[in-house]
Parts: sequence; C-alpha cells; structure tokens
Amino acid sequence: MSSKELDLRQMHDTEFPLPMEMQGNVAITSLSKIYNWSRRSSMWPMLFGLACCAIEMIGTASSRFDFSRFGMEVMRATPRQSDLMIVSGTVTKKMIVPIVRLYNQMPEPKYVMAMGACASGGGPFKEGYNVVSGIDKYLPVDVYVPGCPPTPQALLYGLIALQKKIDGQSLANLDDVPWYGVGPSEPTPIPILGPDIIDPRQMDLIRRQAELAAAGMPVGVRELPPVIKTVKAIPSKAAKAAVAEVIDEGEAQRREEIMRRRQAVLARKRARDAAKGA
Amino acid sequence: MVDYEVQAPPTTGSAQDAAAYLKAKFPGAVSDDTRPGFQGVIVEAGKLTEVAQAIRDELGYNYLSSATAVDYHGAGDHMEMVYHAYRISGGGALNFKVQTDREKPVIPSLVSLYPGADFQEREAYDLYGIHFSGHPNLKRILMWEGFEGHPMRKDWKEAYYEGEAKPFDSRWPSGWVHRAEEKNIYGSNVRYPADFDLSKLADRSDEAVYSSASIGVDYQRMTDPDDIRTDQLVVNMGPHHPSTHGVFRMVLKLDGETITGLEPVMGYLHRNHEKIGERNTYLHNIPFTDRLDYISSMGNNFGYVMAVEQLMALGARYTAPTYRSEVIRVLMAELTRIVNHLWSIGFFLNDIGAFFTPMLYANAEREKILDFFEATAGSRLMCNYMRFGGVFKDLPERIRSTANLMNDKIRDYNTMEFLSDMINERLPRFLEEYDRYLTGNEILLERTVGQGVLSAQDAIAMSCAGPLLRGSGVAYDVRRADPYSIYPELDFDIPVGKQGDLFDRYKVRMDEMHESLRILRQLLPRLEQTKGEDIMVGTKAYSPRIPQGEAYGRVENPKGELGFYVVSWGDAKGTQNPWRYHVRAPSFINLTALGPMSVGQKVADVVAILGSIDIVLGETDR
Ligand code: SF4
Repeated sequence: MSSKELDLRQMHDTEFPLPMEMQGNVAITSLSKIYNWSRRSSMWPMLFGLACCAIEMIGTASSRFDFSRFGMEVMRATPRQSDLMIVSGTVTKKMIVPIVRLYNQMPEPKYVMAMGACASGGGPFKEGYNVVSGIDKYLPVDVYVPGCPPTPQALLYGLIALQKKIDGQSLANLDDVPWYGVGPSEPTPIPILGPDIIDPRQMDLIRRQAELAAAGMPVGVRELPPVIKTVKAIPSKAAKAAVAEVIDEGEAQRREEIMRRRQAVLARKRARDAAKGA
Repeated sequence: MVDYEVQAPPTTGSAQDAAAYLKAKFPGAVSDDTRPGFQGVIVEAGKLTEVAQAIRDELGYNYLSSATAVDYHGAGDHMEMVYHAYRISGGGALNFKVQTDREKPVIPSLVSLYPGADFQEREAYDLYGIHFSGHPNLKRILMWEGFEGHPMRKDWKEAYYEGEAKPFDSRWPSGWVHRAEEKNIYGSNVRYPADFDLSKLADRSDEAVYSSASIGVDYQRMTDPDDIRTDQLVVNMGPHHPSTHGVFRMVLKLDGETITGLEPVMGYLHRNHEKIGERNTYLHNIPFTDRLDYISSMGNNFGYVMAVEQLMALGARYTAPTYRSEVIRVLMAELTRIVNHLWSIGFFLNDIGAFFTPMLYANAEREKILDFFEATAGSRLMCNYMRFGGVFKDLPERIRSTANLMNDKIRDYNTMEFLSDMINERLPRFLEEYDRYLTGNEILLERTVGQGVLSAQDAIAMSCAGPLLRGSGVAYDVRRADPYSIYPELDFDIPVGKQGDLFDRYKVRMDEMHESLRILRQLLPRLEQTKGEDIMVGTKAYSPRIPQGEAYGRVENPKGELGFYVVSWGDAKGTQNPWRYHVRAPSFINLTALGPMSVGQKVADVVAILGSIDIVLGETDR
C-alpha cells in the first residue's frame, strides 16, 4: 500500500475541525468512506477466464500492466474468496449454468464486470445458437468494458471506474448496497438446460407462448419491419408511384421533414454568409 | 472374382494412383467425385469400413487428418462425410467421401480403424445428426444432451435467424439497425419447440456425461440415496478450474488417487464459428478465425486464406500472392509460434507447480512481439491481418515500443532494427536464460520425465498433431510434409522427442522456438530485398466471388495441424458465402489422447498432461 493511500488528510471528510498538528495522524470520516476505501483497495478478482478476453486479463495481471498496483493482485480461484467476477469472454448457454452458480457462491459484497463485447452483449458471436447475449441477461453488471478484446489499458480503466463506483456508494442507501439490508439476499435462479436454455424467471412467459403455440399462433419470433427497397434512379412518374408504394407513409413524412430541415439550415447558412460578405 | 488384375497397392504415389487402385479393387463401390472443383473419391456407405481398411493398411494413408460432415440441403439433398487422410511420411491428401440420406443418415464408424475419428464423428452426430454405427460412445459433444435439433443442418434456424447469408437485407441496402432481442418474443437468444411441455422439463445434460463408456459409473447407483458404499470416486475438474486453460471440464473416475477413467466434457465455449461462418461472406470469416486459437491469430488467418486461395485458383483469373506477402506471412506465423510456445510453456510450468513466475517471465517477452503485431496489424491479439492474395498492410517504417516494458518510456524504433534486435539478441538471450533456469531443474524433471507417455503409434492413430505428435518421435510437420508458402526454401529442422512423455513435449516446444528463430533470421534479408514490393495481388473486393469447389488448407499452427475445409457450392458463377466452413482444430483432436494418457496416472499429473497438450478452448469448442 502506497503512502498516498494512507494519507489521512484525504480520508478526512467532515465539517468537524481538527487541530492542525493532528491532521496527519487523525481523521474523522464517515463509515461509508472507510468501508468503501478498504473494499475498493483490496478487490480480489476471481481467477476465471472464459475466452479470448481472458488472455488480455492475464496480460493485465502480468508484469507489464500489473493490476496489483490497484490492490487487485490476489486472484482467487475460488468464488468464496473473491469480490469481483470479471466475465472475460463469450458466455455460452452451456457455461451460463456454472457462471450463475459461481456468482451465487460469491460472498457479498460482490461485483461483476463484463469484459469485452461478448460479455457485454454477445459480441461477434451474438447470433450463435449457443451464445448468451451478454452476461447482464442473468447477472447484475457493475462495469462494462468495451473492446474485442479490450486492451489491458481499457481493462485497467474499467477497474478504476469500478473503484470510483464503490467510492460513491453510501451505506445509507440500500439500493446502492443491498447486502446491508435485512436477511439473506436471494440467489439468482440457476438456468436449466432443456431443449434450449431456460431462464426460470421467464417460466410464465414461456408457458404463455406455449399456449399460444398450441392455439396455432406463431411463437418465438416477432415480425421484422418490412425491408425498404432502395430504387436508384427515378426515370418516370410510374417509377415514382412504385417507390411511393414501397416507402410507406411514415417514411415519406420523415424524409420530407429531413429535407425541410436541411433547406432551413441551408437558408440560415446563406443568410450568414451574405451578412459576412456585407 | 474380378476379371482384371489388381495392381500392387501404391504406397508412395499420388492420390490419383491411390484412387485408381481403390476403384479397381472395389468396383462399383468407389467412384470419382466429378463435381466441378471437387477431388477424391466417393465411397458407398456399405463398403466404407473395407475401403478405409485398404486406404490405411494397403495404401499407407495412416493419418486421418480431418473428418467432417456437409449438408447438401437443397443441392442434391444428401449428407456427406468428408475424410482427409495423409501418409505420415508426407505428401498430399487422399480425400474420400461417403454420402447418406438426409432423413435417416447412417454411416459406419471409422473409430476402430482411425481412433482419431472419435471426437469428429461425435461432433458430426451432435451438429448434423448423423448416426455412426459401431461408434463406442456416440453422444453429443459440443451441445448438451437434450438440446433440440442438430444445429448445423441447413434447415435448422437459430433464434436470431434473419437471413441465409450476409449482408442481411435489413442492414444493407435498407440500412436500419435493430437489436436481435427486439424481434424475439423472449427477449433473448432462445427458441423452443412448438410442442414444448414445461411440465416434463428435466435437465438431463449431466446424466449422459456420467453414464459414459469410459467413466462407466452407474449413474442410477450414484444418485441412489440408499447406496452410498462405493469404491469409485468421480471427481469433476472444471469447467471453472484454474488449470484447465479455459472452460474445459474433465470427469475423472478415481481409485484412490489413481485415475481409472477420464471423460473430457467440452462445448462450454462452443460459440458456433461454423454456423456463423456459413452465413458470413468469405472475407467476414477472417476476423472470426482470429478468435479460434486466440493466442496465435496470425497462424489461423494463414490457414484460412490458404484454403480460400486454393478455391480461387480454380477460377480463371487468379494470381498467386506476391513473394513479399509470403515472406511477411511466414514472418508472422513464426513469431506467432514463439508467442504461443512462450505462453504454453509458461502455463505448463504453472501446472506442474512453478506457480506464475516462469509464466510472467515468458509473458514479458511475449509482450514485445505483441507490440510488433500491434504496430503492424493494429491489434495485439486479434490481428485480422491476412487477406486473400496477400496481407492487408505492409510493415510500418517505425514502431513505438519500450525497451524493458516495465519502467521505460515509449521509444521510437526503426522496424527492421527492432525486428533484428528482437530476433538476434533478445529472444535468443531469453531462451538461453529460460533453458538454464528450467530445463535441467530437478523438480521439473521429476514431474515430467516418464509421465503421460504417448507412443508414436498411438499418436498417429489418434490423429494427434503438433508438439504432441512430434514429442512422441514422429517427425511430422506440415511445413515439411506438405509444404506451403516459402517454407521449401527455408532451412530448419523438426525437433522430435524420444519417449513421448511430458518432458519431450516441453523440450520440443523449446527447440521449436529456436528453429523459429532460425527461420526468422533467414527472413530478415528477404524482407530487406523485397522492400517496397506489392503486398497484395488482385482487386480489392468487399465480397469476392469464389469459384465452386472444395478446398482443404492446412498449416502447421503452433498447437498442431490447423485445417480449414471450405466448400463453395450453389452458384455456378461462384459464391459469396461458403457453403461449408469447417475448422480442423488441433486442440480438439489432440484431446482424444488425453484419456488414454491419463489412465493410470495420479490426479496431480492429469493437470500437467493437459497442460502439455496445450489446448485453447476457442479452438477446441469453436
Ligand atoms: S469480446 Fe472479442 S476478444 Fe473478447 S471474448 Fe468476445 S470475441 Fe473474444
């Protein structure tokens, strides 16, 4: 721990006056601040890699970038000793089951970081049949780090952002820190590997859809808006009419609106230029 | 009785000779594949085992590199298994195929002849629903047991399905962007069968794992609360385990501390490369190949562009890549090999107990090479660097990096000086140092010598590749056995082991780094000579049309033989999207040997054995 971390003057955050000569040795501060400070300065991430992003996570942990500078060097291989789950890579349906289990086993307070495009939203593999579109479909995420993969610098930035987030949390606000509420918190329900992954929180929806399907209604997919065909040249009135047919009302209006605004902007610009010239 | 003379089988000739021999020996059961752009022979399913026996024993094609399925739905309406077999002494492939009905696909299993077909047949069963009669352990391998349907079939649509081929109409020409969640009623990437009955829901995914042949544990008995006295112990390692190098799972059956059975369970990182790849355009797939073996992305690029270039060569207007681009490709491939071996040796030492220090040392050296990749390709890891007909960018004039990576400021280097310093000074010095600290170390020897032995015969039979195969004493390296690019003119040796134990694999990797450095030293003058020459041939096209046909491009990637089987089919003028895009992943097939190597060893050794295979899950599960 660097001496800067221990500078008590920074911890001091009340109106209460301290004599000048004691300021280096005594600090009066709020409980939240002490809690947050100690928690964010010894964040223990779980040693847990999923995919390509994990390689950059290891790169960040090793000597060149070295996130032990932020009190994070103790990567624990067990969820029971870790505070932070860095979801570093593509979350697949097969893997989400163990991930949710691991999350449930982590003691509170716990944080989740979605590292990379895949963990944040599915990334390049989003359309894949075995891919979960982002870990936030199942777990609450504190920080998203974009990139494919995020560079070590980006990950460090994400970790610092997490520390800032912790700094801003208040023990008095149970929305901020639910783990100081009354009673044990609810575990996240474990997904089930059926014919496809089943999120237990969606049971009702699935049942309703199954009923609809039994009644002969389409299931699963909503209709996409119709594809708008672009017509390159408009040679004649007939073609114009054809275009008008494909471009529906709303679209035509939108275009008109854009044209009108553009004209207005152009007019203003001309006026300005004229004023300058004069 | 055949009425013409069967010649003695050609054990050295070309694939054409071999095909002629097979046609003569099995009249009616073997015929040429006459589709334009296709090679090899088509074997009648009923005769497959006999023909394969002849291919292996009489013709000498004893190394089955790849076995994969293709679904010709709407284009002939049959399924096909495609096999690529090689001679371990070198030379080209014998490509043989079996066709079967789409509705009830059944093909005899080749596991008894080529044990290396084991996982690949299971994969074809999982993703295509082909039944392999006689397979000892036929069950799903990448998806879980109970998953609905066989997703690689052409008529199977994923939940976020939008169109058969990219670019999707909604994106181009329409130009509006939507989130795929918005069109799915569940708001996530799921689809359920129409007659889905929630009341009968059961998670059967683990049951199948435990009832496997090699584990042989009576699952009923294990879960029976009245019967707790049992001598076997089943231990799960992974998918979350620090020593499985990712999300790999092993189910171990133990007797005391000795392993009596091991069942690898994978698919935890199955992210559907192949399905996505068949929707993508050819060009789209290059960045996806980066994410296969994500430690050696340049090598993956190389294999894929070679496969597609083979297809392009079938067309009328094709020019081979320029000399300079080939030199740059090989430069990248060899640097990648060093990157990968530094990484894998570091982690192997981790696995045998030298916790993190050697790995950190190796990683610091690796960072330096990554700096070079970043300056050239724009990315440290996912380089996306090679293109059909060359590479996309020449080496930069200057490079920004640091001298010691720790507390130095960023410096500006001349690229060639930077490279030559790295190749001639830094890396040799580092390797020498590493060697001195580790190779003779007593603990290392104690943990590795004589452990996890794989015999040469087994390694060949199980289609092992790369350092795993060479560690067992088989000098098979695609760069020499079936040369590509400019490797024939380069001077290098193939390091091999003697006993096929963990130490030999470690040593092979160390020596391979030295050989790579030797190659790199020969490349430097070539780079100087070709300075300013073209790095790309042909016109740049967003979506080139690729002539119809099939191609199998393979390179010697750091982890072993990486092959891409690409089929262009469906449009006589050429296609924009591959009909089939298959990756022969060395990590995946090398795992076939994990079980046999581990049985009889202790639990602590299985970690080291896995580390010595050097798998990467992006490639294993794809
Ligand atoms: S975001 Fe990119 S680098 Fe990270 S896991 Fe996904 S594909 Fe790999």
